[in-house]
Amino acid sequence: MATASGKTAKRLAVAKTYKIFIGGQFPRTESARYYTLKDRQGAVIANICRSSRKDFRNAMVAARGAQDGWAKASAYLRGQILYRVAEMLEGRREQFSAELKLQGAAMRAADKEVDATIDRLVYFAGWADKYQQVFSSVNPVASSHFNFSVLEPTGVVAILAPEASGLLGLISNIAPVIVGGNTCVALASESMPLCAVSFAEVLHAADVPPGVVNILTGYRSELSGQFASHMDVNAIIYCDGDQQTDKAVQVAAADNIKRVLRRTDVSWADESSQHPYLVRDTQEVKTTWHPIGK
Amino acid sequence: MATPENKLAFDGGWQYSPAPESTDHVSIRKKYELFIGGEFVAPVQGKYFDTINPATEERLSRVGLASAGDVDKAVKAARKAYAGWSRLKPAERGKYIFRIARMLQERSREFAAIESLDGGKPIRESRDVDVPLAAAHFFYYAGWADKLEYAFPGRKVKPLGVAGQIIPWNFPLLMAAWKIAPALACGNTVVLKPAETTPLTAMKLAELIADAGVPPGVVNIVTGAGETGAAIVNHPGVDKIAFTGSTDVGRIIQKALAGSNKKYTLELGGKAANIIFADAAIDQAVEGIVNGIFFNQGHVCCAGSRLLVQESVAGAVIQKLRERMETLIVGDPLDKNTDIGAINSKQQLETIRSYLAIGQEEGAEMFQSSCPIPKRGYWCRPTIFTGVSQSNRVVQEEIFGPVLAIQTFRTFDEAVTKANNTPYGLSGGVWTDKGSKIFKMTQSVRAGVVWANTFNKFDPTSPFGGYKESGVGREGGMHGLDAYLKLEA
Repeated sequence: MATASGKTAKRLAVAKTYKIFIGGQFPRTESARYYTLKDRQGAVIANICRSSRKDFRNAMVAARGAQDGWAKASAYLRGQILYRVAEMLEGRREQFSAELKLQGAAMRAADKEVDATIDRLVYFAGWADKYQQVFSSVNPVASSHFNFSVLEPTGVVAILAPEASGLLGLISNIAPVIVGGNTCVALASESMPLCAVSFAEVLHAADVPPGVVNILTGYRSELSGQFASHMDVNAIIYCDGDQQTDKAVQVAAADNIKRVLRRTDVSWADESSQHPYLVRDTQEVKTTWHPIGK
Repeated sequence: MATPENKLAFDGGWQYSPAPESTDHVSIRKKYELFIGGEFVAPVQGKYFDTINPATEERLSRVGLASAGDVDKAVKAARKAYAGWSRLKPAERGKYIFRIARMLQERSREFAAIESLDGGKPIRESRDVDVPLAAAHFFYYAGWADKLEYAFPGRKVKPLGVAGQIIPWNFPLLMAAWKIAPALACGNTVVLKPAETTPLTAMKLAELIADAGVPPGVVNIVTGAGETGAAIVNHPGVDKIAFTGSTDVGRIIQKALAGSNKKYTLELGGKAANIIFADAAIDQAVEGIVNGIFFNQGHVCCAGSRLLVQESVAGAVIQKLRERMETLIVGDPLDKNTDIGAINSKQQLETIRSYLAIGQEEGAEMFQSSCPIPKRGYWCRPTIFTGVSQSNRVVQEEIFGPVLAIQTFRTFDEAVTKANNTPYGLSGGVWTDKGSKIFKMTQSVRAGVVWANTFNKFDPTSPFGGYKESGVGREGGMHGLDAYLKLEA
């Protein structure tokens, strides 16, 4: 690990086993497959779980099981839990920065990405009890009825995270989904998976209920079809991807009329990429009518 | 429980005399061409098809069959008009739409009569619901044209371009209004395809739009069936697709649009549960059940086609429902007394009949009212199925006819589970006198529209659309603008 380079370090560093995160636990992939992540010099950084279709199905069961309870948690509580995630990450800045550097980031860039990630979590934590007020409405219908429209979470969201932004890009897609009461299964960047796994440990420490966020690592080419076609997924967010995959994902998604959100060419480091419309993307509008006595 | 003494006695000593709406004020041309670039033009291939009156099976008119070539012409006309329309001062754009709303109100009687002639729905509904709501929709969205930035805080808005719009046969004019009004208000131009069995009010709307002086090409209306729709969906010059129809076709469209970058909204099928608790006002609930499933012959995507009734009142509710069904008049859509008009088409009648057979084969008990029905035309008596289970096809699948599947429940949780146990999530109903129970149930039903102590109410200010396989996106209200705009930072 990064700390192994210290001058006086005679002891052998304890290398971390990077595992996946399903239902609040850290199993290895059930397939027992892996791929090796190497640094620029070709030295082995870690063996990364090459998750299977079965891992994804297990993660979906966990995500669906957690969804109703998470949606029913108060907006205030969801905001506090997300803020707690930011607090936990703040305490581990150096670990995350070191992982980003191991994956090739320059020192300053790595620090900056970690800082921006923490700030982004705080940003979305603050939206928890506000987006509803911004996007809901009371509708002045012509008949004698009280009529209002509110947002409700779409359900379980599958996320194919950005390839080129292993930490900030991942969090920028997860945070707006869960702050709105959805649960998710995310596939980490294939080439930059370290922070995704470590972030799962942060979620665990921050008391995010098991199953709300599930994180897999593996080959996108192998798993994107599963993410898109699973019949219990309500919405799929996919970042990057050429027109070919774009088409494949959308065709598979149509089997159960998933909401499909394609996010390409987004500069996640840019502050303008954070806005409440990302929350709204995985919300449904529900309109309720009730008669008013005359 | 109704007893012979307190039963509603509509079958007593007198009959309703016919009260037919006159049609002498109605003008229907023998033949309608396609409305492209502000003019009626003959279809390229010169083909026409009949549109018939489902109550008499007689031909009303012939309409052009638009081929891919005609659709291409319409899209080009819409594209040509887009430059001017999208740059027009928004307030002026709004004024054109206000004009459409006003002219529709002025011609409302003619539109209502034609809607009933072409589609089979009772004149009472086309006169009191379809046409006034269509006009209200144009009036509502007209006012948005110069206020769009207020709907999306922190964003700049831009129109999308050319919108391709495909609408169903159950609310022909109203659906045209739902599609055209917000599209135009947001600065788009449109190519609209009405359903092949109900093209006439759309063609009358084309005449009205021309009369209103709307610039040529801003609204184009092409008639035809599935192939015409497919030509719109697949046309590379279309920027957005708005579709209302079945989930099966919606799925095909979503697949067809994959990889195209076209924005889309889909309003698809439903299988709404109407949930009656023991503490509900039972007589009102029975009226709600009737309105929920027999409104517009049950040709309603958000129809309350499943009744979930709490066990302790199930006997009384079903008894009252059967008695109320006996009072419903099935017949001439133009008669103001008619409650249930003609089934929209022969094909739809066959679909409904196949479900009546399926329901009985699956072991359910069927009850139909004993009312007389006309000899000619397409008719279906109001029908209920009892003794059904959750997995029965008449419980899971959209029938789109006056057919209600009745289940019972004991606990709140059981009602929620049953209500949500279909792939659909368009609408739902709950009847109870207890406020907290209303909120708990309306929050628990996974559906885009929930009616509490009422059913099948619509308004232009009120967003409409489904969860799950009932569709993507919303129409109506402020939320309905989103479908026709690009949001930018």
